Amino acid sequence: MTDNNSPAFPFAFSAAQARRRRCGSRIALYLFLSGAAVLFSIPLLIMVLTSFKSMPEIRQGTIFSLPAALDLSAWVKAWSGACTGLACGGLSVGFWNSVRILVPSVVLSILAGALNGYALALWRFRGAHAVLTALMLGAFIPYQVILYPLVKIFSFLHLYSTLPGIIVIHVVFGLPLMTMLFRNFYAAIPAELVKAARVDGAGFFRIFFEIMLPMSTNILIVALILQTTGIWNDYLLGLIFAGHDNQPMTVQLNNIVTNGTGIVEYNVNMAATVLTALPPLAVYFLSGRYFVRGIASGAVKG
Amino acid sequence: MRRHKTAEFVIVPTIAVVFICFYAPIIWTIFISFTRSGMFPSYSFSGLMQYWRLVGTERWHTAFLNMFVFGVLFVGFALILGFLLAVALDQRIRFEGFFRTVLLYPLSMSFIVTGLAWQWLLNPAMGLQHLVREAGWDNFLFDWIIRPDRAIYTIVLAAVWHSSGLVMAIILAGLRGVDRDIWRATQVEGIPRWRTYLSIILPLLRPVVLTCVVLLIINVVRSYDLVVAMTNGGPGNATDVPGKFVIDMAFERANIGQASAAAVIMLLTVIAAVMPYFYLETRRTGR
Repeated sequence: MTDNNSPAFPFAFSAAQARRRRCGSRIALYLFLSGAAVLFSIPLLIMVLTSFKSMPEIRQGTIFSLPAALDLSAWVKAWSGACTGLACGGLSVGFWNSVRILVPSVVLSILAGALNGYALALWRFRGAHAVLTALMLGAFIPYQVILYPLVKIFSFLHLYSTLPGIIVIHVVFGLPLMTMLFRNFYAAIPAELVKAARVDGAGFFRIFFEIMLPMSTNILIVALILQTTGIWNDYLLGLIFAGHDNQPMTVQLNNIVTNGTGIVEYNVNMAATVLTALPPLAVYFLSGRYFVRGIASGAVKG
Repeated sequence: MRRHKTAEFVIVPTIAVVFICFYAPIIWTIFISFTRSGMFPSYSFSGLMQYWRLVGTERWHTAFLNMFVFGVLFVGFALILGFLLAVALDQRIRFEGFFRTVLLYPLSMSFIVTGLAWQWLLNPAMGLQHLVREAGWDNFLFDWIIRPDRAIYTIVLAAVWHSSGLVMAIILAGLRGVDRDIWRATQVEGIPRWRTYLSIILPLLRPVVLTCVVLLIINVVRSYDLVVAMTNGGPGNATDVPGKFVIDMAFERANIGQASAAAVIMLLTVIAAVMPYFYLETRRTGR
């Protein structure tokens, strides 16, 4: 009764004709979307199913079948016993390394981005536009072009292969996107607000911490999601800059799966893969709309 | 005036960091690509020597060509699929939130995870091929991931799975911004809905589509993780890409000259791909 797909069909059709066609195309629409949803879920489904199976069961080779029994041993082994080379500490080592990298990197890169975005949006000074352009272009540089010289610079500073080193790298590489994100957000704030606060005697930092940050909750959440998933999912920077003792989870995962010696344990590999995917997946499923907003704001930046 | 000084005080370190970490390394890499550098950086100028040698390297040919094969197919399929999904979601359907969540979740996972998942799924001995054969179709063949001439297409498949949701989300946001009056007008004129999408909405969304293209192309040129996790460049060098070529040359083969020359070509590719976008953007907003 409600015409809830209203801009659907031209008036040229009779109502009955239109309804019949609409019904047919509605079915096609739902078939298309359901088909796509099923196809999109298959890889995750197979990973999870495989991780719960025993190796003999996997060799029978019906990847879609449900596991005969809920076998958690692959998960336990992936977490605490899987080997990378000679070390058999499991993925938990990489997980805690990733956490140690993630927390300071996220906090610092958001703070840096917010401060820069605020300075660029609300405080006019010469060359602001040039700074913005230089930052924005930085987001387009393929990492491979600058990695080797960066390694040289970081070795010179004794930061190469250290925890502070990889954190600094993440903050630096997060600078373009974070600054743009906050600049665009603060650019929409009336300049009069800052002027009024300055008349009242508030300085640059006081306005930032007492006025700007409290009204930035939404954009802070978006930034938090972007940086958390982005840094957790990073592989290349962790591989090159973190050093052996701080290898993030993604690097360790790839070592476990692709450089495994002896019998390949697919169930352990898949449990390890799911474990690594779990934190960003959790962020994604919990954050919902904010994740999409993050994508959109990233897109606006280019 | 003094307060402006504080703002500059915040910005100056940023400028320094951006210059030291982004632009100085680019200049250094470009410079090194014109020198004799081998295992160690050397500062003796050698003209285009590194580039000639690169052009004569078979592995580079494969990598460079793969970037275009992968790029064209990945961007093409991701755009088409993403656009169709966005249009489908825009039809005021039920469970829109559910569909959107399912179609976008791959984007939250890393390329390493994506690659390892698809490697498992496409593994001929254990994965899809095995499954279909067990189901009765004995000579079913889907071993692309181990075939040098086909493996690159499996990477396209995994990448499209990972990134179509990105296109869908961005275009859906664009569709939601389209003026309702346009729909009313086309309805009155009796223009079929699909034609409206193709001839009116799509041109209207050109900036949005362009943004998608740029984002996808940057991922193509940078691509490294996905290839490493799925095939590690193999079989042989069949799925090598410039991003992997540069890293291998710089950090495993210790050939800084070749790594730099290849990196400069990557940079030029990005510039060539992104230039038109900037041109259109400035023309659109510069008025």
